Order: sequence, then structure tokens, then C-alpha cells
Amino acid sequence: MKHPLLACALVAAITATALTPSSSTLALGNRPLSPGTGSLLGLGGGSAALGAPEALLVQTLLAIASSQFDIALTEIDKVLLQNPNFRLAHLIKGDLLMARARPISSIGSASDAPMERLADLRDEARARLVRHKQERPLNRVPRALLQLDPAQKYAFVVDTSKYTLYVFENDKGTPRYIADYYTTIGRNGIEKLREGDKKTPLGVYHVTGNLPREQLSKTYGTQSALYGDGAFPLNYPNEWDRRRGRNGHGIWLHGVPFDTYSRPPRASDGCVALTNEDLQAISKHVQVGLTPVIIAQDVEWVEAGSAKTTRNTLQQSIESWRRDWESRDTEQYLRHYSTNFAAGKQDLAAWATQKRSVNADKSWIKVKVDQVSMFLYPGDENLAVVTFEQDYSSSNTSGKMRKRQYWQLEKGGWRIVHEGAA
Amino acid sequence: MTFKPAAARLAIILFCMGLTAPALAQTDDLQEAQQLLKQGQTGRAMERVEQYLKTKPKDARGRFLRGILLTEQNKPTEAIRVFTELTQDYPELPEPYNNLAVLYASQGQYDKARGALEMAIRTHPSYATAHENLGDIYAKMASQAYDKALQLDKGNQAAQTKLNLIKDLFTGGMRPPKVALAQTVPKSAPAPAPPARPITPVPAAPAAQAAPPKPAPAPVVAAKEPVKEPVKEPAPAKATPLANNPDAVLKAVNSWASAWASNDVDGYLARYAPGFKTPDGEPRKTWESERRARIAKPRKIEVRVEAPKVTFNDANRATVTFRQHYRSNTFKVSAGKKLVMVKSGNQWLIQEEIVGG
Repeated sequence: MKHPLLACALVAAITATALTPSSSTLALGNRPLSPGTGSLLGLGGGSAALGAPEALLVQTLLAIASSQFDIALTEIDKVLLQNPNFRLAHLIKGDLLMARARPISSIGSASDAPMERLADLRDEARARLVRHKQERPLNRVPRALLQLDPAQKYAFVVDTSKYTLYVFENDKGTPRYIADYYTTIGRNGIEKLREGDKKTPLGVYHVTGNLPREQLSKTYGTQSALYGDGAFPLNYPNEWDRRRGRNGHGIWLHGVPFDTYSRPPRASDGCVALTNEDLQAISKHVQVGLTPVIIAQDVEWVEAGSAKTTRNTLQQSIESWRRDWESRDTEQYLRHYSTNFAAGKQDLAAWATQKRSVNADKSWIKVKVDQVSMFLYPGDENLAVVTFEQDYSSSNTSGKMRKRQYWQLEKGGWRIVHEGAA
Repeated sequence: MTFKPAAARLAIILFCMGLTAPALAQTDDLQEAQQLLKQGQTGRAMERVEQYLKTKPKDARGRFLRGILLTEQNKPTEAIRVFTELTQDYPELPEPYNNLAVLYASQGQYDKARGALEMAIRTHPSYATAHENLGDIYAKMASQAYDKALQLDKGNQAAQTKLNLIKDLFTGGMRPPKVALAQTVPKSAPAPAPPARPITPVPAAPAAQAAPPKPAPAPVVAAKEPVKEPVKEPAPAKATPLANNPDAVLKAVNSWASAWASNDVDGYLARYAPGFKTPDGEPRKTWESERRARIAKPRKIEVRVEAPKVTFNDANRATVTFRQHYRSNTFKVSAGKKLVMVKSGNQWLIQEEIVGG
């Protein structure tokens, strides 16, 4: 018969995803893939869970896996009714129909199909299944989110290996998961190094702007169609990237062209793209200049509150740095700086010389540090990005600024390796 | 695309339904109409059918044949109306549903076609033709879905080929129903007239059928009548549709492109017809030597023909439009191109080459 073959093909696809090495550090159990338990259906992404296109699509795949082809066809038609440009849904519908005409052996049985596009859609199916299987981090947080600044209402964390953007709400200092979305990343993967390498950077970034549709059209004309509903530029290359000689620019969070519901998991020039609907959803959470976007290859999840030790140690280091600065004991203050310190063209020696001469003229210094956020750097757990409001006053000058420091955990404690305006 | 491709099996059903036993003279009208249809004289056939329907306006056979003739005359909207009314008046007959499905499919309305075929199968679960057609409809719908999934160009070559195929089928390949219909007598059947003939199906074009057609069992009233031979030998396929084979044209275009790409000047020039219109009206010799000089230069080039579309002006003349991608180590250009092709013997040759579009 025809149908069992289709079921086999899709079951194979689903099983294959189970074998995909999922984040080894991920402490989350995978849900069993048993269609019809119902409990699965509420898991489909953050965009309104049940009834969201991805949840419906996955339900279709599960219906196929359990040989309920008529249900699958009804479900997929529902998906397409809502999202007529959902290409992956069209592909699956094609398979469901084709299976009635002749036996088919894999997802996307279109004859003479361009292999690359077919492979893209298969990748998307796999990525969405993996996403769906993932338990939502209801009681867990990415280890990197050490502390949110009270003004930061939300934080975004992108897991590039899961093609997922997670949204966390700042619940009195504790990040709380509220939603996640399928994302597209660079076609050549991650670890952006150079202009044009079509890779997505890994690191701690912040949203630096908001380009809604009208603005995009005005600035970029028809070319802006690529970005769909809007875009949020990020500060790539950040201080750490520049220091390591990484270049390129224009890494944004943005939507997708209007002729498609979504893009394959790896398709962008390095940006993180979301469906237009999802972009709209996250745009409600964006605070330009404030919202952190942490892009990591494999997000490490920990129990909420378990990062306390790291946070406290780092907090104490910052506080000690602040007090030593106020004390005008410059040598004591300089002990907080690493021998690897650099800020722009200044190395530690230049920095020390400058600080010594500036502090010598002062009879008093007062430093207030407020609104502190602390994030561990993806791929380097001994590096932390600390941003705060600094209110500095002294006997002869004063000023307020938003400051960013990179602290590195060295033998003997945390030391500053970079400092500058945020 | 108004006339969507459908696979080979999607054939209109033509047959004599054993519904009524009309008077001899009237039956003659109908049989003559069928013969005329087979000879391709649809106009005259239509006159006969209309004559017949004047006296029997409700008659299923007459109306069915009228539907076929309208299809033949390329009046799908009217044909759809006729078959739709038949399904309303005789909901137990699968054939009008089947033909309705074929017409819908020809308009690319696959959902409606599917619905109609499902009705045909509901009335006759073992109706093989409808099952086969349904399979084809699913395949078509699947390929539509794939096109959307993969963003494939709709005006592609495969679609063109099949489009011609279905034209063939409409003119040549009729298949008989595989279900004996004589048993299904609709409630509205008029009183049988005594000398009724046994109703025999029109034979299908041999190639299109798996099993030899079986005449429908004769109605009881006509039991003593000898079973008539099929009315006429299968109509030969019309000459023109077979000649309009886009594959042959595309083959010519491809060998032109590959001769060009491989610096094969002679092969390249051989693809141009003797009457080729040179671009600026220059003498053929001048044009040839210029082309020769350009093409013979040994270098690596690439010529790619994308999304070719063949339109037949007549059996010996076709226009091919496509996107031409040319690339050498120094130069790269993509442009629309139009080739007017003429048939010369077995070969398609270039009569005119127009850049742009």
C-alpha cells in the first residue's frame, strides 16, 4: 500500500532528528514522540502555542507518523489557510496528495525538484520537529543570563543549534521564559569572522535600533523586501569582536520577505531572521539600546537561581573596583585591571599612567553604579559583559555615562579586560 | 494558465448510456451524431443531437453526448453546465461526474475535480476510471503544492508537454465505462419503446484501454436482438496534435545551446534554417563568418537555457521563449530570448532569433 511508505519516510525523518546530537549540556529531557497524547500539542512554540502554524505543522507530521493521513491533510490545509506562503506546509501537502497517487519514499517527493530547495525545506522540517520536541525552559534559564538590569524588561537568547530565539521576561531580576520562535541563521553557520562570510556571530549583543517597515522602505527601497516587517540592528562587531579583529557589519534581527512564511534554517547572510508574525511578537519586547541579544551555539540551561555564586563573586568584584576608585588609591584601583587590558588604543600601562595623573589632582571621588546587567559570554564562561549606569563626581569633574566592561576570570579573581562607553 | 495539464488517464468518457429505449428514428439520430463526432464533424454532430433533444429534452444519452460535443468544441463552461445538470438529474450515474472532473481539471480546478470524482466513486465504488482519474488529480494537486513549496516556474516545459497530451486525449482517446450501466435505470426513464436496440459502448482508442470493452448487457426487452457491432472503428488520432511535440523543439534548442557552449561552430550553424532572418538583414554569409569568428575561439563558455516555453503557431512553426544565461571568463549576461523555429523534415531549425524581453 502507499500510505505506510509515507509514514515510514516521515517516521524516519522524525527519528533522525532524535539522533541529531542535541545540546550535550542541555539538562532537559526529550519528550517521547507519541502522537495523540495531547500533551504534546501545547508545546508548539511561543506564538500562541496551540493553533500556531508551527504547532499545526508538527501535528500534521505526527498524524502522518501514526498513519492518520486524512487528519494530516485536514491539518495541513488549516495551516495553509492561515499561512498561504508556508512553503514547507505546501511540500507536506504535496506528499500527502502524492501518496494517494503513487507510493512515495521521502519528504518532498516532487520529481525534478531543485535539490537545494528541497534540502532546505527538509532541513526546516527537521529543525521544527527538533524545536517541537524540546521541553520549554519553564523553570530554567540560560547560564549566560547572570543578571538583568532592572530597566531591561526582556532578554533574547538565540540558540543557533536549535534555530530558536527564546524570549525571557525580567521578573524582579529573575529571567522567566515566555516564548520561543523558529529562526533562520547564516547560511554558512556561526562564528562570524569576516565581512561577507555569511555567518552569524556568537556573543553578547544589544539592540541598537528599530527599523519598522516604512523606515526600511524609505532607507533601502525595494531591496528592503528581504527584511520583511522590520529590523532591529545589533551592535556587531561589539568591543570584544573588534578586539579580536572580527569585522563585517549589519547583523540584524529581522523578518522575512512577504512572499514566504519562513526561510530555511540556514539562509541568511548572518542575520537572525524570524517569520514576520514572530518579529511582530518580539518587537513588543524590544527596548532600543537596552535589550540584550545573546547568541550562543548551544545554550547551557541551569536551574533558575543556581548562578548565584558566579553572580555574587562578580558583583563583589565590581563593588570592590568602585570602592577602590573612590578611595583614590590608584594602585589599589588598578589591581582590578588585567594585564591583558585594552580600551581602544590604550593598553594597561597607558591606562595606569592616565589614571594616576587624573586622580592626583582630586581631593575626593564619588562613584555610583546602578542598573547593572551581567552576561556570560557564549563560548567563554570566564568572560562576562557588565553594563551599568555610572554616576561619577569628584572635586573637579563629574559626569554620568552608560559604561560597559568586560571582566575576565583569571587566577585570583575577576579582572577588567575592556572598559568603555556602552 | 487556463488549461492545466492532466495526466494521460484523465480521459473524457464517451459512451451510450443504457438509460432509455427511445424510438428507432431518434436512436438513429444519436448514433449518427456519434459517428459524425468520430469523424471530427462536431458541428454536424451537434445539429443531430439538438434535433434529438428537441423531442427528448430530458434524455441522458443525448445530453451526455451534447456535453462531449461541447467539450470537443472547446466550450468548457457550457459543457460543465450540461454535465452538472446531468449529475443533478441522474445522481446515480458516475460518468457525468467523471467528465465534469476532467473538465474541471482542464481548468486547473483540481479541488472541484476531486470532489466530482469522489462523487463518482461514491455512486460506483468499483468505478476504475474514476479511481485512476482521482489518482491523477491527486498527483496534479501534489505537483501544484510542490510548485508552491519549491517556487517552481509555472510555465515550465513539463506542463506544456502534458497540455498537448490532454488535447490528444480529447480528440482521440475515449474510453468506455468499466461498469455496465444498463442496470441503472433512472426513475425518469421514459416508457420503453418496443424495438429498442441493445446499447453498446463506443470502443475506446486501443492504446488507452487495458481491457477490451465489453458491451453493456442488453436490456431485457431487447434480449432477442443481436448484439450490434461497435458503431465505428476507433477514430484515428488527429494529425496535428501529435505533430505538436514540444520535446522535439526543446531538443533542438538544447543542441543549439550545447553546440554553442562547446565551440562547435558547424553544429551551431547547422541549427539555423536556410531561411534564417539575420539580425540586421545582412547576408547569411556575412553573419555566418562573424558568428564563426566569435564562436570558434577556443575558450570556456557556458550557455544555459532556463524555463523554456514552447508555443506552436502551427504544426511546422513554433516559438520558444526562455531565459538565456551566457557566461564566459570575461563576460556574463542573462536575457530573455525568443527563437522562432520551423520544422524542416524531422528537424526543428531556427528561423529567427530575438533578444530581449
